[in-house]
Amino acid sequence: MRITVRINGDEHQADCWEGESLLFALREKLGFPGSKNACEQGECGSCSVLLDGALVCACLVLAAQADGHDVTTVEGLAEGETLHAVQQAFVDAGAVQCGFCTPGLVVATADLLQRNASPSDDEIREALSGNLCRCTGYAKIFDAVRLAAGKA
Amino acid sequence: MTQTRARPLQIGRIGELVPRIDAPPKVKGEFAYASDLIVPGMLWGHTLRSPHAHANIRSVDISQALSMPGVHAVLTHDDVPGQKTFGLEFPDQPVLAIDRVLYYGEPVAIVAAEHPEQARRAAERIVVDYEPLAPVADMERATELEDLHPHKPTRGHGYREDDRPNVVRHMVIRHGDTEAAGDVSVEGVYDIGIQDQAFLGPESGLAVPDGEGGVDIHVATQWLHVDRAQVAPCLGLPLEQVRIHLAGVGGAFGGREDLSMQVHGALLALHTNRPVKIVYNREESFTGHVHRHPARIWCEHRATREGRLVNVRMRILLDGGAYASSSTAVASNAASFAVGPYETPNALIESTVVYSNNPPCGAMRGFGAVQTAFAAEAQMDKLAEALEIDPVELRLLNALKPGDVLPTGQVITGSLPIAETIRAAAALEPPPAEAFPRDPLRLPGGAGNTTRGEGVKRGVGFAVGFKNIAYSEGFDDFCAARVRLLADGSAEVHCAAAEVGQGVTGVILQVARTELGIEDVRLAPSQTATVGSAGSASASRMTWMAAGAVRDACRAVLEEQQRRPGEEIDLEQIYRHPRTTPLDPETGQITGERAHVAFAACAMKVVAEVDVELGLSRIVWIGAAQDVGKAINPQQVEGQIEGGTAQGLGLALMEEIQTRDGLITNASFTDYLIPTTLDMPPVESVLIEDPEPDAPYGVKGVGEPPTVVSTAAVAAALRAATGRALTRVPVKPDDICL
Ligand code: FES
Ligand code: FES
Repeated sequence: MRITVRINGDEHQADCWEGESLLFALREKLGFPGSKNACEQGECGSCSVLLDGALVCACLVLAAQADGHDVTTVEGLAEGETLHAVQQAFVDAGAVQCGFCTPGLVVATADLLQRNASPSDDEIREALSGNLCRCTGYAKIFDAVRLAAGKA
Repeated sequence: MTQTRARPLQIGRIGELVPRIDAPPKVKGEFAYASDLIVPGMLWGHTLRSPHAHANIRSVDISQALSMPGVHAVLTHDDVPGQKTFGLEFPDQPVLAIDRVLYYGEPVAIVAAEHPEQARRAAERIVVDYEPLAPVADMERATELEDLHPHKPTRGHGYREDDRPNVVRHMVIRHGDTEAAGDVSVEGVYDIGIQDQAFLGPESGLAVPDGEGGVDIHVATQWLHVDRAQVAPCLGLPLEQVRIHLAGVGGAFGGREDLSMQVHGALLALHTNRPVKIVYNREESFTGHVHRHPARIWCEHRATREGRLVNVRMRILLDGGAYASSSTAVASNAASFAVGPYETPNALIESTVVYSNNPPCGAMRGFGAVQTAFAAEAQMDKLAEALEIDPVELRLLNALKPGDVLPTGQVITGSLPIAETIRAAAALEPPPAEAFPRDPLRLPGGAGNTTRGEGVKRGVGFAVGFKNIAYSEGFDDFCAARVRLLADGSAEVHCAAAEVGQGVTGVILQVARTELGIEDVRLAPSQTATVGSAGSASASRMTWMAAGAVRDACRAVLEEQQRRPGEEIDLEQIYRHPRTTPLDPETGQITGERAHVAFAACAMKVVAEVDVELGLSRIVWIGAAQDVGKAINPQQVEGQIEGGTAQGLGLALMEEIQTRDGLITNASFTDYLIPTTLDMPPVESVLIEDPEPDAPYGVKGVGEPPTVVSTAAVAAALRAATGRALTRVPVKPDDICL
């Protein structure tokens, strides 16, 4: 089937098999490999995107379900060479090691700060608890979130 | 949301805080990981794996699979043109199963198809006739059961002769009077479950045929040249026709030292003459790489009434699983560091690693020292209790220092500030206990809202761990780097060091800028074709080795530039660390000056709160002091301490590959838990800088020590809170509720 999705503001089309996830379509068919595929079963958050503004795991959404909808991926946050505040904070805080969790965490953090501009430490921990990171032990990720929220 | 401008990279010399060059593309989603690679005309590969832990294969019928839509190739061991087996150190593992399978998930056949789902479905249509056999699943009985490798692949490599079935390596370290008695003695038996590296980026790669019989393999790996050395013979190709390129690596932690999809992808690509991409899913990843060895460790520590160790006796048993991988070195490391960073005049340490039909085990961060640190540190606490000495004091009393002798007879000649590291960690003050009631998120059980604080007990634990840096026991360990100084004054560095997330690319650039005194330095992509081997990004060696090689290459080009000013200079240099020699197979004693190059340590204090009624625990705070030699990039060093600590905490509290008769029963992130944001406490770290005299710029590796110590330290805190012995990790709720 053919789907049409508005990704980061622009319309894109792809031919998909009915069983394909939005994550697979984004990564393999639509040219947006930024969202990551650490588990492909809703356990790690590395594929986090915004679907009509709501944070979802792209691996749990069928590509067909996204037909006619708006998707924001990690590729849609920066403006050219100018990083989004959350992205810049991840760079500055040293929150990136292998970086495989980073796209999902950046999207989830941007979503958190949109809803709550000044989250407490507990709110940060709770909001990001669905995003696994194996490298950093999260300390510098918390630093990055606080930095992006203007709290560091 | 506000937007801020990206700042240009500062010059970034050694010791400065420099943002990573790979961070901007990673935060933008532009960094190309192995699983992101796409080329026109690409096929998808898929691996059919054994559902049995031990079985004979009577026949394999691929005819149905071949006729499935979109399928271009279905290959079995018959299609392996060269050597049928491979292995990191001993070629005991078939590329594709031949007439038997020895572990759950062992590759049996491979498929290439237009779409990954077509490949998966075709694999389901391969008919394999298995004759299931009783698995060797209990490591304690492995030496009495069927010999899984009767040809003894590890024999003849200078190890102790041992003809018992399934012995991969057996070693004994005899130090001083192995019967020496003390005033007091404490005993214990400790168990460690199987831990998984659980890197987030699944095993992935893309193999591209070059049209002339050769192949380019773009893959997430830890050691490009050793991959090539294993892949080429299996393909029946000379080394030059196999080119390995480092694709973006989503974490490694030892789990990418052994091959995953490299040979399979190349076979399919050469067979179909099309590029072939293979990406494991998470379940497959749990069977697709080696794990941390599970262990059982028997200990007896004898000491004087004053608390000086007199004699340490330990017996270590490790389950290596179906194939050898790096088991022989893990067993040796476990033995070498069994006592911990303490001086003992006498010791008897026996270490055995066996084959079984359990998941294959090999390298994981800490490499044998994690298991023994858990046991030995519990013993030190027991000894402190028996002697009524403060546990920190007991450790200080026995702390190793330069000039002391290790159980292997090696004299410590380099940097090893154990006492200073212990004192720094002990001096870290945890925050005061928080009163109840409080937000459930900060209670054991967390958002589960299981307690308001009743039944919650607090405990403080302390531990110290140490291990070696770089390869040991006579291994020819080197790293090559090539520097091109261009006529325009800029420079290009070639080094095959694998950037696995640890930040070695930053180290290379910092060293090159420092040595060349210029800012305009680029790092060429890591690949086998343009530069010699860098060795493995493991054993906490990459910073030291790459720094040495890049330093030497930079100095060589500068010297050459004096002779040929204005010309382009292009030179490759090979750096070797001080030579090591093997241990004597009968006594475990050094046969030269040293068996290990250098050492690094970490001391840790942990505060835990445990709901003793429900068996739930929460780690509140961790303070770490680490002996780092010289911090090349302090922010990155802290990141290694925090991340390494998290992995050790995971092993202490939740991480275990569970098996039933060799079958893995929890191959997902729902069932194999790793620490989340809710599990990790703040980690306060102190860097102890005592330069390593033998290392470039005085550096030490920093990746492993925090993982070596944190499992032991977390377990100690749980013991302090519960009063229970807790001799097995991961600690389960059942173990701690009263
Ligand atoms: S890839 Fe979607 S949650 Fe892990
Ligand atoms: S940085 Fe590697 S998983 Fe988070």
